[in-house]
Amino acid sequence: MPRRVRRRYLALRVVSQEPVSLRDFKSIFWNALLQLFGEYGASQVGFSLIDYNQQSCQAIVRCSHKALEMVRASIASITEINEKPMAIHVMRVSGTLKALSKKAQS
Amino acid sequence: MRMFIDLHLRPSIKDLNQVKKMVRKSSELGYRLVGLSLSPDFKREEFGLLQKICKDANTDLVTRADFFPRTRHELLNDLRRFRRKFEVISVVCASKMMARLAAKDRRVDLLSFSFTDLRRRFFDDAEAELASKALSSLEIDIASLLTSKGFSRIRLLSRLREEVATAKKFRVPVIISSGATNSLLMRGPHDYASLASLFDMTPSLALRALSETPLTMIEQNRKKLSPDYVAEGVRVVRRKNNCLDV
Repeated sequence: MPRRVRRRYLALRVVSQEPVSLRDFKSIFWNALLQLFGEYGASQVGFSLIDYNQQSCQAIVRCSHKALEMVRASIASITEINEKPMAIHVMRVSGTLKALSKKAQS
Repeated sequence: MRMFIDLHLRPSIKDLNQVKKMVRKSSELGYRLVGLSLSPDFKREEFGLLQKICKDANTDLVTRADFFPRTRHELLNDLRRFRRKFEVISVVCASKMMARLAAKDRRVDLLSFSFTDLRRRFFDDAEAELASKALSSLEIDIASLLTSKGFSRIRLLSRLREEVATAKKFRVPVIISSGATNSLLMRGPHDYASLASLFDMTPSLALRALSETPLTMIEQNRKKLSPDYVAEGVRVVRRKNNCLDV
């Protein structure tokens, strides 16, 4: 019987001088991942964007639990967008969306 | 619970707003101790202000001096004059001779090397052996990894991987610090641990390099700098007025 895929949900906060659009957010993340780990590495991540709020500069992304370190490293390596400085901080990591929202509330 | 330490924040000390912003940010990111690079001839009032900023942000200040000696005389002179003034002494080794001298000297806490010119990173087996005997640590600033790109980042990662392996072989402690000049280059301890996996540091070793390793060093140095310290294993327990009559 195939094993259930284990995932990790990450709550992120984007810090930048200008608002970052959804499209830009996706593209900088994929660029960072490709730069650090290449196409082979990126294929193992199982990344998907669950939610992105441009006003509050917060996002929730999902990845495979095995690729958590890769995703964190890629996110930490992001330093600029359109040649303007920015940073993305991982606020919380959790195994389920429910637990992530609970942690965020606490 | 682990106490995380960022030993190398590099704001411009004259710009107190920037210092405040960075110290607050590091507290938000989960650091309980922050090391600020100070100029060796800093004033007492400056120190008071910095201490207040750190206290307001709920962090502890670690005073640190970075030396860039060019000659043997300069290094020894700096160490003689400033060792008892700072809690952490770091030497940025620009030449092989300086690297060997700094690694041999027990007064040096951190060995730091150029991140831009990789030919000037002299942390090889001989250097590691000396550092291991003198109990100094290798410092890795992650900011330089974040700011480099393309081929220079590839080369830096490969060099850091070699150095971490050498440090492991000779049991030289590795300390990871931010080296950030502004708040946008600062990251949380777990993010640094993930970035350290890029040069083959295991998550547990990386987290130790951000907590226990620098903490042990700071505690030892604070003990040595206290007025009660006499020598290794000897300290003043009571002073004249408090002594019992025998």
